[in-house]
Amino acid sequence: METRKVYLDHSATTPVAEEVLNAMIPYFTEGMGNPNSLHQWGRDARRAIDEARESVAGLVGAGPHEIVFTGSGSASDNLAIKGAVWASKRVGKHIITSAVEHHAIMDTFKWLGKKGYDVTFLPVDKYGMVHPESLKEAIRDDTILVSIMYANNEVGTINPIAELGTICRERKVLFHTDAVQAAGHMPIDVSHLPVDMLTISAHKMYGPKGIGALYIRKGIKLTPLVHGGGQEYGIRSGTENTPSIVGFGEAARLARRLHERGETDRISGLRDKLLDGIIERIPDSFVTGHRVERLPYHGSVCVRLIEGEGILLRMDYVGIGVSSGSACTSGSLEPSHVLLAMGLDHATAHGSVRLTLGKDTTEEDIDYVLEEFPRIVDTLRKMSPYKGG
Amino acid sequence: MYNEKVIDYFMNPRNVGGMADASGVGEVGNPRCGDVMKIYLDVDENEVIRDVKFETFGCAAAIATSSMATEMVKGMTIDEALKITNKDVAGELGGLPPEKLHCSLLAEEALRAAVENYRERKNNQTVTPPCSICCDGCSGNDHEEEEAFIAETSRVAD
Repeated sequence: METRKVYLDHSATTPVAEEVLNAMIPYFTEGMGNPNSLHQWGRDARRAIDEARESVAGLVGAGPHEIVFTGSGSASDNLAIKGAVWASKRVGKHIITSAVEHHAIMDTFKWLGKKGYDVTFLPVDKYGMVHPESLKEAIRDDTILVSIMYANNEVGTINPIAELGTICRERKVLFHTDAVQAAGHMPIDVSHLPVDMLTISAHKMYGPKGIGALYIRKGIKLTPLVHGGGQEYGIRSGTENTPSIVGFGEAARLARRLHERGETDRISGLRDKLLDGIIERIPDSFVTGHRVERLPYHGSVCVRLIEGEGILLRMDYVGIGVSSGSACTSGSLEPSHVLLAMGLDHATAHGSVRLTLGKDTTEEDIDYVLEEFPRIVDTLRKMSPYKGG
Repeated sequence: MYNEKVIDYFMNPRNVGGMADASGVGEVGNPRCGDVMKIYLDVDENEVIRDVKFETFGCAAAIATSSMATEMVKGMTIDEALKITNKDVAGELGGLPPEKLHCSLLAEEALRAAVENYRERKNNQTVTPPCSICCDGCSGNDHEEEEAFIAETSRVAD
């Protein structure tokens, strides 16, 4: 009998959807023209890029001229942070982010810290959420930029972005949000949201890898990180990656179709069944992150007295793909900075498991995981000197 | 990342379990660091290791190295067993990723601690055990969190 395959790591990446792939393919061959060329090959590619830009812009309520394509979510984050800080005309060296950001943000802030900027890392509550009051207290007269993630990749908690952005606007401070995990999975509308810059990535929403976008509100000036041919309004030079941009545009259309079809309710229903089933069947386990203010496809738990890597590998052995924030999976002796910032102790954080669902996840998949996961934990606990209570 | 042998020893660990009347028990590591190993020895009158068991809380490498270490020392005298190093254990497993050598060191230390415990019991001596709290050597940190955790979890440990 062939082992069932259940991929539950959609926060890491998603498969390219069939319609996305089909839309991309012609632009590797007949649509290969350089979009900056004046001839018909160039014009065809340009038209495709324009359409894709409108589609991606529409996904977040932006205008097409407010979208810049980059090489990845990380590239967008770096462009937003460094580009804004270097372009800032305000006298000030103070920048603010949260303690639970993705490394693309966290390490950029730390690097800027070494370069002389004054960095504040805002604390989070036990759900991993940033509180508006703490931002209010942290903003100073010399604050030039705030970057707080839309939703957390490890625990799925959604931040109160509207409130956080409002505070920044009142204090006239630029506000960036990394929406890589959220975009395409929940409605985002920058025309009603006080956000100045917002990062999106195609491969988290059934698009290809190696393509990201940055929403930059009209009027905001960034210093480019890549100089050259002046593509992407001069903010990100380099010949446009037409197939990937087209794929991104198609992925944005797909995201809207999925949402209209009721996918958000379907997937969050399955996710709740999974989380409820886990905490019911596995003693000494609990959900990490917020249960309600949470990405619809995102599940994460901690299993006490178990090391996450062991769970991950044994799940893999029975055909289930998940991830963990334990030290052993990160290649260091420290478990996830997110879980520690939420106040979990080290020993518990080692037992973290993330299960993120996708559009192709079925109820049978969830039933299979609910059968295998408790069995695996039981086996590992039997090997452990701590038997649990 | 792991070779097939490591995966085999992780998926099908040998000598796993506790031992009610062990002649020596060694426990090293710390839940804070994500790995704790406990090795039980049954040593006969000629100081030959008749049986050996282990219990490990930790990653795949930690489980595989403790399993391999127990397999290697079974039938050895305790003097022979003390000569086994973490490199020997990792070598028998066909190599470990560099970041996992920490785990093989733990297996060596657990074995050593079990032998020391056996000798203490035999000679009725008490030796102060090394600090088992810190992941990378003790630097006199505050151990409150770990101690609380160990106190909470050890109620069911033995």
